[in-house]
Amino acid sequence: MGFASRALETVAQPVMALAIGLAVAALLMAIYGYDPVAAYRALFIGAYGTPEDLMESIAFAVPIMLTGITFAIGLKAGLFNIGAEGQLYMGAIGAVIAGAFLSLPWPLHVIVATLVGMLFGLLWSVVPALLKVFRGVHEVISTIMFNWIAFYLATYLVLYRLAEPGRAEKTYSVLETARYGILFEGTSLTSVVFVALAFVVGIHIFLGQTKAGFELRTYGLNPDAAKFAGISEKKVIVLSFLIGGLAAGLAGASQVLGRPPTWALYGTLGNVVKLGFDGIGVALIGRNHPIGIIFASLFVGGLLHGGRYMEIYAGVYSELVDAVTGLIIIALAVPEVFEVIKRYRLKRKALGG
Amino acid sequence: MRARYLIRLAAAASSFAILLTVLSRAGFKIDSLIEASLLAMTPLALAAMGEAVNEKGGLVNIGLEGIFLISATIGVYAAEVSGNGWIGLAAGFAVGAFIGLIFGVLSVYGKADQIIVGIGINIFAIGFVPYFILAIWGVPGIHIPPKEVLVQRINTPIINISHITILAVILAVLLNYMLKRTPLGLRIRAAGEAPEALDAAGVSIARTRIFGAVVSGALTGLGGAFMPLVWFGGIVKEISAGRGFIALAVLVASGLDPLKALGFAFLFGFAEGLAYVVAITPGIKEAVPYHLVLMIPYIITLVVVAIFIGKASFPKSIGKPYKRE
Repeated sequence: MGFASRALETVAQPVMALAIGLAVAALLMAIYGYDPVAAYRALFIGAYGTPEDLMESIAFAVPIMLTGITFAIGLKAGLFNIGAEGQLYMGAIGAVIAGAFLSLPWPLHVIVATLVGMLFGLLWSVVPALLKVFRGVHEVISTIMFNWIAFYLATYLVLYRLAEPGRAEKTYSVLETARYGILFEGTSLTSVVFVALAFVVGIHIFLGQTKAGFELRTYGLNPDAAKFAGISEKKVIVLSFLIGGLAAGLAGASQVLGRPPTWALYGTLGNVVKLGFDGIGVALIGRNHPIGIIFASLFVGGLLHGGRYMEIYAGVYSELVDAVTGLIIIALAVPEVFEVIKRYRLKRKALGG
Repeated sequence: MRARYLIRLAAAASSFAILLTVLSRAGFKIDSLIEASLLAMTPLALAAMGEAVNEKGGLVNIGLEGIFLISATIGVYAAEVSGNGWIGLAAGFAVGAFIGLIFGVLSVYGKADQIIVGIGINIFAIGFVPYFILAIWGVPGIHIPPKEVLVQRINTPIINISHITILAVILAVLLNYMLKRTPLGLRIRAAGEAPEALDAAGVSIARTRIFGAVVSGALTGLGGAFMPLVWFGGIVKEISAGRGFIALAVLVASGLDPLKALGFAFLFGFAEGLAYVVAITPGIKEAVPYHLVLMIPYIITLVVVAIFIGKASFPKSIGKPYKRE
């Protein structure tokens, strides 16, 4: 198989899953009497139609490519780490604390605040990692419990400990010295996008070029063989959790330090909520590969931004975008769908079609 | 064996009685605590014992949270349209069974990665439920149906108890008997433990496993509709608040045993009831911040799972699609 056809093969499955997801969602629109064609036109033109919209879609892609890494690096090690959501809340809290209450010169301040956010995300992943390693508690249960604990802890902190006096709906905004620069006036894309991209590429290099990355992948592919080869199970699991925590913490920090206009965290956590779960879709659409994840985040980021236009111009509530993501994930989980289509194609080829 | 079991049960019951006495001295209203615990127990127990049947058969559905959410929403809708809460509960049951069926077919015939399908169901629900609430009622994220369509509980002299709670207790006994003592139960256990043998005996593994998936979905769906129609009296877009995963924790702690699942569901329900009562009891609610109280059930869930997990035993072929050699 040549390079071109292999590349085509790699892209074909996610693209087909996207088509299935969008088609079922179109059905859901039609049932409630909306026009799916108008809705999708508004969605995609809204997402990528103008340079400004493209920038906004990229701004949406930043946090979810990072939470995508959280899920992906778990899956690489054979884990279903769905704790990005809670780790992201804690990362945002860390960034608010360091960004609003420390006083440091630029750019030291923004670097420190980013690192504090990442550290908070990492710390929030420690307990599920240890529960997994020492007690065998399944990570799906522990990470979801930690997501809810993080939700109430972060809500409490935002409302009672970090709230801006007179504006109880949000925390103190981080100081000017702790903000990433806006790249294009009038959009919310900031230079934090480069930090996110560097992080993702760094993960790619880590997985492909380092011994620890190799051990992690080996363990994920075949735990028994890896243990036989002397790879430490505990080390792999803990490392995968901690890197995932760093990524999610950075995602949370990026929404506080690198997303105008608020530079703060809302009391409802409205500007970070759900970005952790969106990362799961991003990771799966990107076929769990860091570079694939960057492209997938542009797609899902586009859905998130364009969803607003769908609501304005076609009356279809933007919440449906999450349903689309869920459907795409389900479609991606079913290998037989693609096998059936492949068999059908082969049959046609055999018949000379 | 049986004697040891009874001794443990007695020990648990007496420590629970002591705990209740202490709480009562501390100023809690015990009857409202028990009522809240039984309400919180019911959806957890239904979902966990249904999923026990599913996992005995060899499938793992972590989409219980999504089924809770979707059937809660559709349950309220059906109750309003028909003007009868019981129809709403039945609709939740049916919607859950339908999602279970789709999950089963994708897992068995599509050889899907079951965990990923479960995650997909959960994320679909996160989008579908607020979309549905907006599309049907035109309000964002919350809807209170008229009182007449809610299902009332039975008033006894001591506490109010729901029909569905009683049903959950009866079902725990029946499912326990079914799994351990009937040919159907043997078939389900074989589908999870030794599918080759079941296949050789000429029983369809596909149908057996899909049956388990439908039972799990249906009972979870009933539990989902129970939340707005019996318990909360309204729907919010995150109504299940992680309970689908607490049900999975119940299941893990109980080692796939429906009777023990009922016990653990009561324990977790009690944790939630306690949080609820703490949040409303004068003198206590001022001392402890509300949001921190709400964390209690999740923390207790983790602690209990970490303690009891060593005893869990899962079927050999769990989570793996069956392929004939």
